Amino acid sequence: MADFVTADDGQGTGLDASSDAGFDAGEDRPRRITAPVSAGDRIFRGLLRAAGLSVFAIMGLIAFFLLYRGLQALRSSGWSFFTEQNWLTQAHVFGIAAVLPDGIIIALVALAIAVPVALTAAVFISEYAPVRIRSALVSLVDLMAAIPSIVYGLWGLFFLQPRIVGFVRWLTMHLGGVLPFLKVRTGDIDTSYTSSPFIAGTVVSLMIIPIIASLSREVFSQAPQGEREGAYALGSTRWGMVRKVVLPFGRGGVIGAVMLGFGRAMGETIAVALIISPKFLVTGHILENGANSISALIALRFGESDALSLSALMAAGLVLFLLTLLVNMVASVVIGRSRSGAATAD
Amino acid sequence: MSVIERTAQAVPTAPAERRVRLGGVTRESVLTLLGAAAGSLALDWVLYERVLPLSGAFGFLVVWYLLFLAMTWGLGRLQWDARTVRERLVQTVVGSSGVLVVALIVDQIVYVAIRGSHAASHSNFFTQSMETTATLSPITSGGALNAVVGSLEQLGLATLFAVPLGIAAAVFMSEVGGRLARPVRTVVEAMTALPSIVAGLFILGVVILSLGVQKCGFAASLALTVMMMPIVTRAAEVVIRLVPGTLREASYALGGSQWRTVLNVVLPTARPGLVTAVVLGMARGVGETSPVLLTSGFTSGMNADPFSDHQVSLPLYIWNYVRYPAPDMVARGFAAALTLMAMVLVLFVTARLIGGRRPGDLSRRQRRRLQREMAAS
Repeated sequence: MADFVTADDGQGTGLDASSDAGFDAGEDRPRRITAPVSAGDRIFRGLLRAAGLSVFAIMGLIAFFLLYRGLQALRSSGWSFFTEQNWLTQAHVFGIAAVLPDGIIIALVALAIAVPVALTAAVFISEYAPVRIRSALVSLVDLMAAIPSIVYGLWGLFFLQPRIVGFVRWLTMHLGGVLPFLKVRTGDIDTSYTSSPFIAGTVVSLMIIPIIASLSREVFSQAPQGEREGAYALGSTRWGMVRKVVLPFGRGGVIGAVMLGFGRAMGETIAVALIISPKFLVTGHILENGANSISALIALRFGESDALSLSALMAAGLVLFLLTLLVNMVASVVIGRSRSGAATAD
Repeated sequence: MSVIERTAQAVPTAPAERRVRLGGVTRESVLTLLGAAAGSLALDWVLYERVLPLSGAFGFLVVWYLLFLAMTWGLGRLQWDARTVRERLVQTVVGSSGVLVVALIVDQIVYVAIRGSHAASHSNFFTQSMETTATLSPITSGGALNAVVGSLEQLGLATLFAVPLGIAAAVFMSEVGGRLARPVRTVVEAMTALPSIVAGLFILGVVILSLGVQKCGFAASLALTVMMMPIVTRAAEVVIRLVPGTLREASYALGGSQWRTVLNVVLPTARPGLVTAVVLGMARGVGETSPVLLTSGFTSGMNADPFSDHQVSLPLYIWNYVRYPAPDMVARGFAAALTLMAMVLVLFVTARLIGGRRPGDLSRRQRRRLQREMAAS
C-alpha cells in the first residue's frame, strides 16, 4: 500500500522525451514499477503477515479440533446424531434434534423482543435525540454490550423472573387458547412459568439489543444528507423522511445486523444456562418450564468425565460453530451487497 | 450608483432576521405527554388492582405503556390533525425506546450494586478466599480475594497474548494489505462472533485433552485470548486507518523504511486509539464466563500461580456461588458481580476518556510540554 515508488532505471525519469521524438508506439508501454524492499522490511512484513494469517490458523484449528475430538461420538451415533432428541451418552443414545431447535426457539424469542426495541432505539439515537446527548447514548449502548453475560444472567434469574411470572400467567390464560404455543400444560403453579424459553429469550434479548442497535444506528446515520433534505423539501414530516429515506437506505444493514444478533443469541451461554431447567424434548411451548440450547448443554455437562460424553459435546460444539459461522457469513454478504453496506465499506 | 446599492438603500431598516426554530419542545406537547402518562398510570392501577385478575410488575409496566400510547394518541387527536399526531406518536415511541435502553443499563448496575453491597461491605470479602468457609458460614467469613487475583492474572496474560497479535494483524490489514487483507478481515469479523463457549471448548480440546495440560489459569487466558484478539484487531484497524497518509509519506521521504515508519510514526500517532482498543478488549475479556468455565477449573482456595492447578476467576466465582440455596452464598456471588461490574466500568470509562482524541491530537500534557519547549527555544 505505502510502498516506495522508484524507477528501476534512469530512462523514464524526468521529462518524457521519447514521445516527442516519435518513437514506435509499441515501445511506450507503462513502466513496471518495483519497490526495492530492504531485509528489515521483508522480515517485518513476514511477521505481520504471520499475525494476519494466524486468524486463519485459529479458526481452522477450532474447526479441526472440534471435528477430531467429536469424531468418536459422531461415529458412535451415526446419522442419529441429527435426529435423536435424547442426550444419554452412557446409553449411547444422544443427538442434537432437541437442543438445536430449542436453542433456535430461544434465539427467536430474543429477536422478537430485541428487534423492535433496538431498531426504534437506533432511529431515536440517529434521528430524534438532541445532538448534545447523542454521543452519550452511543457510549451507553456500547456499555450495554460490555456488561458481562453473567450479570445479565443474575439479573434475569433474581430480578426479572419473579416479576414476569404474573405477566406470563396472564398471557397463557388469555391467549393460550388462541395461540397454541403460549399454552402451559403443567398446571397453574408459579414453577410452571419459570425457567422457560420465554424468560431465557427475554434475557438474551438484552444482550443482542446493543449489537443490533449500534449497527443499525451506524447505517441510519449514513443515509445521504441530500436525500434527507430532498424529502423535507417535498414537504415530508420527520417520520415521513425517516420512513422513505433512512429506513430504505438502511434496509440491508438492518437485515445484516438482525442476523448477527441471531448468531450471537444462538451462542449465548451463561445467562441461558443460569435460567433454564434443561429438558430434551422439542415442545414449542415457549412459556412452559424447561428449555435447552447447545451452548447451555455444553456449559452444564462438560464436567462428565468419560470420553464419549466429552466427544459428544465437542460434536455439538462443532455444529454450533458451523451454524454461527454460516449465519455470520450470510449476514456479511447481505450487508456488503446492500446500498448502506456499500457506503460503509472502505 | 449601481442598482444594487440603490436597492440596498431602498430597504434600509429590515428587521434583523430571527432564526425560525423548527420542531423543538412546546408546552402543549409536554403537557400532553404528562397528561397521558398520569391518566394511563391511574387507569392501569384501576385495571390491575381493582378490576382484572392481574399481578406482577412486568405486566403492569407493559399495560401502562400501551395505555400511555393510546392516551397520547387520544389527547393529541383532540388538539391536532391526524398527521401531526402520528408524528408525535412516532417521536414518543422511539423516544421511549431510548429511555428503555438507558433504564435497562441503569437497572443492571443499580440492582447488582444493591444486592452486592451486603457482602461487599464486609472487608473480609476482599481479604479472604473461600477456603475455610462452609455453605452456612456467616457473611463475615470468606471472600473473593482468590477470584480477584485469578481474574487479574488471567486477564493480564490474555492481554499479553492478544494485544501484540491483534495489533500486528491490524497493521497487516492496513499497512501491508494486498490480496490477503480482505479475507483476513472477513475471518476476523467471523471470529468476533465466535460463541464464547466454542472458544472454551477449543482450548479444552487442544490444550487440556490433547496436550495433557492441567486445567489452570494459563489455559483460561488462552481461551480469553481467542475472544479478545478479534476485538482488539477490529478496533485497532479503524484507528490505524485514520492516521493521515501524509505522515507516512513524510517518513518515507526522509528515507525511513516501512518498519521504522510503522513503529515510529503510525503506531505512536494512533496511540490513544490503540489504547482504547486494548482497554475495550480487556473490558470484554474480564467478563467472559464460558471460556473460563471450561478451562480454568474451580477451586475455593487461593492460587496465585496461573500455570499450575485450578484457578478461580470472578465470573466463575459468581457462576458457582449464586446457584447455592444459602442466601449468604448468593450474596457473595452478587458482591463478586459488583466487583466485576466495577472493573468493567472502570475499563470502559478509561477507554472512552482516552479514545476521545483523534489520532495526532495532543493530550493536554503533551500540549503543555510543546509550549514549554517552544518558549524555551
